Parts: sequence; C-alpha cells; structure tokens
Amino acid sequence: MSTSSTILPSAGPVAGSRSFFGRLREGDEIVRLITFLFAASVVLITLLLVFELWQGSVLARHKFGFAFFRTSVWDPVFEQFGGLPFIFGTLVTSAVSLLIAVPLGIGAAIFLAELAPARVSDTLEFFIDLLAAVPSVIYGVLGVFIVVPLMRVYIQPALKNTLGFLPLFRGPAYGIGFLTAGVVLAIMVIPYIISVSREVLLSVPRDQREAALALGSTRWESTWKVVVPFARTGIMGSIFLALARALGETMAVTMVIGNTPAISASLFSPGYSIAAVIANEYAEASGELYTQSLVELGLVLFLLTFILNGLARILILTTSQRGSGMGNA
Amino acid sequence: MNPRLRWRKFVSNFMLTMTGCCALVAVSVLFFILGYLVYNGGISINWNFFTKLPAPVGETGGGMANAIVGSAKLLLVATLIGVPIGFLGAIYLAEFSGSKVAFVVRYAADLLNGAPSIVIGMFAFALVVHPFKQFSTLAGGFALGIMMIPITLRSTEQFLLAVPRTLREGAMALGASKWKTIQTVIVPAAYRGILTAILLAFARVAGETAPLIFTALGNQYWSHGWTEPTASLPVMIYNYALSPYDDWHRQAWAAGLVLLALILIINIVARAILSRGISVPRA
Amino acid sequence: MKRITAILLMTFGLGAFFAARAVLSITGAGATFPYPMYSKWFEEYHKKDANIEINYQSIGSGGGIKQVTEGTVDFGASDGPMNDDQLKAYQDKHGFPILHFPTVLGADVPTYNIPGVTAELNFTQEAIAGIFLGKITKWNDPAIAGANKGVNLPANDIIVVHRSDGSGTTYIWTDYLSKISEEWKSKVGKGASVNWPVGLGGKGNEAVAGLVKQTPNAFGYVELIYAIQNKMPYGRVKNSSGDFIKADLASVTAAAAGAAKNMPDDFRVSITDAPGKTAYPISSFTWLLIPTKFSDAAKRDAIKGFVKWMLADGQNYTEALSYAKLPKEVIAKETKALDAIQ
Repeated sequence: MSTSSTILPSAGPVAGSRSFFGRLREGDEIVRLITFLFAASVVLITLLLVFELWQGSVLARHKFGFAFFRTSVWDPVFEQFGGLPFIFGTLVTSAVSLLIAVPLGIGAAIFLAELAPARVSDTLEFFIDLLAAVPSVIYGVLGVFIVVPLMRVYIQPALKNTLGFLPLFRGPAYGIGFLTAGVVLAIMVIPYIISVSREVLLSVPRDQREAALALGSTRWESTWKVVVPFARTGIMGSIFLALARALGETMAVTMVIGNTPAISASLFSPGYSIAAVIANEYAEASGELYTQSLVELGLVLFLLTFILNGLARILILTTSQRGSGMGNA
Repeated sequence: MNPRLRWRKFVSNFMLTMTGCCALVAVSVLFFILGYLVYNGGISINWNFFTKLPAPVGETGGGMANAIVGSAKLLLVATLIGVPIGFLGAIYLAEFSGSKVAFVVRYAADLLNGAPSIVIGMFAFALVVHPFKQFSTLAGGFALGIMMIPITLRSTEQFLLAVPRTLREGAMALGASKWKTIQTVIVPAAYRGILTAILLAFARVAGETAPLIFTALGNQYWSHGWTEPTASLPVMIYNYALSPYDDWHRQAWAAGLVLLALILIINIVARAILSRGISVPRA
Repeated sequence: MKRITAILLMTFGLGAFFAARAVLSITGAGATFPYPMYSKWFEEYHKKDANIEINYQSIGSGGGIKQVTEGTVDFGASDGPMNDDQLKAYQDKHGFPILHFPTVLGADVPTYNIPGVTAELNFTQEAIAGIFLGKITKWNDPAIAGANKGVNLPANDIIVVHRSDGSGTTYIWTDYLSKISEEWKSKVGKGASVNWPVGLGGKGNEAVAGLVKQTPNAFGYVELIYAIQNKMPYGRVKNSSGDFIKADLASVTAAAAGAAKNMPDDFRVSITDAPGKTAYPISSFTWLLIPTKFSDAAKRDAIKGFVKWMLADGQNYTEALSYAKLPKEVIAKETKALDAIQ
C-alpha cells in the first residue's frame, strides 16, 4: 500500500547525483549547513544542561553515591538525602496519568479524525488546543478545589468499596495523593495526545482507507488496522510529548500530591515527585549539600527520561511495521 | 448476512461509539475547565485589571497591566529563540539528516522536553542571570524559548515527514533543488501541522510559572526595556491564587482568563496572517 | 515574511520605548510572611517619592538570603536570621558585611479542624511536640484533653499538616519546638525545611490553611494573618510562664519587649518561648538584609531613606494588617545602626 523505496534508475543528471558544487550553487549545501547547526544546537543545549546539573551536584554525588537511589530519608537538618521516594512518586504519577490519558486521548482523536464532521472536529480541536495554554497553576487550583474533594468524598470511597481488595486502593482517603496527581496530570496531557494524534490521523492518505474499505473491512477495522498503524509513529510521538510533560510537571502536582516523601503500594497515599520537591525546596535550600542534592534529583529525572525514552523507542523499533509511510522513531 | 459479518459490524459500531465516548469524556472535562475559568475570570475582569498596576495587599482596585505587557515581551523573546531553532532543526531532521544524527537529535529534544520547568529555570539562571547579576526579561524569555524548542522540533518534524513521498518526487522530477522543494512544496504542504506545532509550544510556555521565578523574578512596577525584572501573568496568578485575599483570588482568575484569551487571539491572528491557502486536502 | 519582520520590529520598538525613564529601580526579594506589609510600605514610599520604585518579590526567606549573597538583588528579607556560615559566605564573597534590620513581628498559630468542636483549644508544650513527633495520635489523648476540660474531644486520628516548601514560618515553628522538646531537637531540629516525622505537606501558608480547612481532624500551623484572613479557629499556646496565650498584636509585642532589652547588636535574636507573662511563645521578628556598602550612591540613599521612614511613619501601618510594631528600644537601636551603611 505504500510506495517502495527503490531508487529510480538514473537517466542523466538527476537529483542524487549532483556534484558538491552543483549542490552548493543551488543553495542546498548552505541550507543543509544552517539547518544542521540549528539541529546541533538542540543537542548542545541539552548537553549543556546535563553538564550544569552534573557540576551542580558534585558534592552530593560524592557523598551519597549510588545510595542516593536506594535510601528514602530526606532530612535537610541532619543533611541526609535519599532520592527513592521522589523517583517512585514521579514514576507512579506519570504511569497513572498515561494509563488514563492514552486510551481516552487516542479514542477521542480517532473520533475527531474519522467520524466527526469536519466543522465539529475543527471547532472541538480549537478548544482542545486552547487547553494546552491554561497555566499549570490553574490546573493545580482546579485540582485542589474540585478534584480533591471529588476524590475524597466520592471516588476514593467507591474504589475502596469495589476494588479495595487490591493493595492499590487501600488506606485512608485524604483526597490528595498519587491517584489525584495522576488524574490531574492526565487532564493536563490529554490535549497533546488528542491534538497531535488527530493531525497525524488526518494526514493519512485517503487511498489507504479506501483500499481497506474496498477490500470489505468495516469502518472500525479500516481505522484500527490500517489508518492507526500508518500513523503509528506520530501517535507515539504524541505519547512521548505527553510523558515528558507528565514527568516534568511541577506546579499542579505539588498542589495535589501531598508532598510527603512516602513509598506506598496504595494509590491513595500522599507522595512526592522530583519536580515537586525541587519546586518546594530549591529557592530556600541553604547549604551546599542540600542545594546540590536537589540538583542531583534534577539529574536523576534526566536519567529517568533518558531510560524511559530509550525503552519506548526499543518498543517502537521492534514492533513497527515495515513500509509504513513514516518509519522514523 | 453471515454471523461473522454481523459480529464484525457489531464490533465496528461498538468501538466507534466508544471512541465517541472517549471524545465526550475528554471534551466535557476540558469544556468544564474552560467554563469554570471563563466564569470565574469573567466576573472578575474590569477595566482596572487592564490599566492599573498591582495594588498593595488588601487594597482593591489594582490591576495587572504590567503583567500583561511583561508576558507579551517574554513570549516575544521566547518565540524568537524557540521557533527558529525548532523549525530549522526539524527541516534538517526531515530532509537532510541520516538516521543516526536524527536519532541523537530527537532523543536530545525529548530529554529537554522532559526536564522539569524549574530545572530549565535553574539552567537559565546559571547562564543568564548569574553572569550579569540581574534578573531580566531576556533571561525569562531565554528559559521559555528553550522550553519551546522540543515541542516545535518534534511536532514540525512529524508533519514534514507526513508529506506524501509523491509530492517530493514530483518536485524532484521537475528539477527542483532540495531547498526549492522544501520552500515551495514540503513546507506549504505541512504548513497546517507546523503552525499547530508552533502554537502548541507557544501555548505551553505562555502558562509556565516555575522558570520565570528564577529569571524574570517579578515587578510591581513597569519593567523598562529588556534587562529589568518583569511581572508576568503566570507568576501573578501563582502569587495571587496562593494568597488568602479574596480580591487577589478574583484577580488570579481574571489573569487566567486573560492569558487564555491572549493565546486565543494570537492563535486566530497567526492563522489568518500566515495563511497562504495551500494545504493538502483532507484525506 | 515581510509582514512578520515589520510586526517584530514594531514590537521591539515598543518594548524599548519603555526603557527611557529617569526612575530609580531597586529590587529586593525574600520572605513571604511580611509580604503584605512590605508591599504596602513600598507603595506608600513610592507615593512619597515617585522616582523611587522598590520592587519586592516574595520568593522565600532562603531565596532572599541566596539572591542577596549572589548580588542579583539589592537587598534581601528573611524570617529566620542568617546563620554564621551564611554571614561569612557573604563577607567572603563581597568583602564587606551585611546587616539585619528587624521590620515587624509576626507569629505562628496552631490551627485545627475537629468536627463538632468549636471551642478555642489550649495546647501545652507536650501536646504540640507530641503531635508533631507522631507520638500523640488521637484528639482525645490525655495530653490534649487535660488542658481542655469541658470540651468533648473525639477519639479520631489527628492528621498533621505542615509546610512542604522551605519557609520562614516553618523555621519559627521548628525553632520553638526545638526549644521546648529535647526529643524534637535531637531527632528533627530546626530549619526552613525539615524531615517531618508525620504529616501531609502543603505548599505555602494558603495550602496548609486549605488542607486544614478541608480535612476533618487536621492540625497544622500557619501565620497569624492567614488564620485571621481565613477565619480559621486557632488555639492558645502555653508560654514559659505557664499561661495559655492567644496570639494577637499585644501578646506578640510582649514577646518582643522581653527580647528588646537584651537585643544583640546585630539584631539576630530568636524570641520563641520568650519570657513574659503575656508573651505569645511562637513569635518572631522578620528582618531586612541590607549590605553595608553600595556601589550606587543613589540606591544607598534611597534604601536608607526607606528604612528611616519605615522605623517612623511606617510603623503606623502595621496594625491594620495584623502585624505587631517593633518595640521602641529596637527602633532606636536600628536608627543608629543605619549609619553603618555607606
């Protein structure tokens, strides 16, 4: 269904066999250089950032070493710093948020791209894009005033009564905690998933769909088995964006997660995330070891993002279809 | 109709209805948020808000005129930094690069995207504020610009790659150079998606608070030029929402609404001004 | 493309337009607790002299200390005095010392939300320390009930709420706890951020106030002003003389008065658990941190002028905002100390 990637046999001076000067004359070489510089600057900035984090955490790294990843005590007065609760909290809240946002988001994107009439789809998309612009503080405030009471009074007790046998849903229902933070994060990242996935789905060529339908598939089959896989990498890209946002979100999380460095199997428990603790304590942190431990947490988040991105990419590479129109991870 | 077909049709209708439900849930939550913001902000907006400087605590009648201008200035600097890097970098990735380089650049962009906004603020502090011993609009814009890069880059690249191969080959067959092809065929074809990407990145940084706290700081008065600390809407919202004063709460909602309206206006204006009418018809 | 360039040029021009003004801009940053007071003061001072704009941002006491040491702001503000290491760090970096100037007084109050209880509770030192250490877990514990005869306290679990961000409010609270409880001092200590044995964390006074208000059986600490503004019930605390005192302007000033006589020259003093029959035990000064040398003479004069005004007319604005005034002896001492700034 997609064009193969064989190179056309050359019949004279054709693209692909121009000389260096030919490319230079036509401006291609300069453009290539300029755009390369800009692309390289992205890598440079990232490296610089990692370098600053590395330098800024040297004391803490030497003092704690790998124990930083295992220990749970966070004591600014006696200068004992362990990062495990924050790593745990970051992973849990991001996981919860993606578990909620990805199915909802892709489902909604499919609906908007395939089923909804163009005007409805465009109008709704417009509002959804707007939501990416709502400041995270406002999400936090809405979380505190609406989501937290909802959780405490209705949702958490309901979950406890039905699924309380699972260790996930035990413990007192404060309203704040991992689950609430995950829900608020899900609301924040869903616009990214819907927006980008919808655009990508819309750009799938019409003939793909029509070919599937012509072969007798139902509407759903053509969507799920042909269109979505074709747009697979774009959708994955949107999930990356969402994951990145969830991992790094600061303000909204700190207002609803409970800010307690705790590790618990229960989603009702209050917790802490890396971004939240940095936001809470960095401005006031006095003493080199304290400040540097916070910077080390920032470095750890980078490492987490690195690993998660790597895992996700491996996932794509091993399961992607050959010959789909966009084969880049 | 054989049973298997009936089943498949049933699954089809069921799943499509489910997607409709997903859309309904997502959209209603989002509409609720917008409605809440519009309602609470709407009842708090008044002329003072747009024209007056902040009043001291406990006094009514203050506004956020300086924050509105401050946000506009910050976003201008951010766009000038973030969009060229993101856009041109994406062109390199989509059109020129080999897969190894592309892999590294994409990975770096995703890493940058995942950095907590406060870490970016710390970074901008170390790079711009610390050497010059000055909190400034430029530092804030720099921090926001860095945050715009990954979203712009990755999304633009996706849309450039989505341009059908046939268009590229057609241009090549007509003898166009790579640059010409990019300029006249590929970018216009992906234009809608690219604009979405840029506006998405813009919207994202417009509401960011944490990076500004260490870079632009804040200001009760007008910020003169580009090297003084400046007030901004997100930071004002943050300060006011977390205060115990009702008047400030109302102003925080109003600020949230104004911020949203600003993004909306820029969205509309950008699409209108930059529309060149070329886009691939809907598949 | 041309359109875009034109628009950009116009906006840059507008941005620079705001640059030409003959106004003296001074930037300060620090404590959040006195922010309402400072914002009022700086506004009033600006009305007196429209050419002086003092821009104060509340980024937290520790932030104030950090930034003034970095040199990115002209002065700082803190609820907890700089310790010797921080003073030395400043001296080493700049070559001249930095001074503390007390501005107003404030207090932390214990606030609670117990279903069915509307009375004002009395808290002994053992009760407060025990609750925050996690050793006293129920509201009807004898340590609490003993001081509140006649009040029907339920057998519910106490949900402790504390600050999650580094803050002067926490510094004052933990400073007090360290003084009244040996166990607290050795296990947790005092600081703007500590390793809390129990409790939920809220970011900012407002979050703590909000959490306590919304969560039944909660117990937390907030600044006096926040409790008043949010109309929250707060309890009386037993002071060093054995009386249960409610925090208000008079009792906070009484706590400072005791300290005024023995005020050290650098003004760094803790007045928690202060002596005095009517003194409220969880009170504190808050300080402006001002360098002793300024490279810009105009800035120096403006700041000195402001402090002089603050010590005189400025004190008249404090009570309306629920801050207690400085004792007269302290004011006199500060006026003299101003001369050290050159």
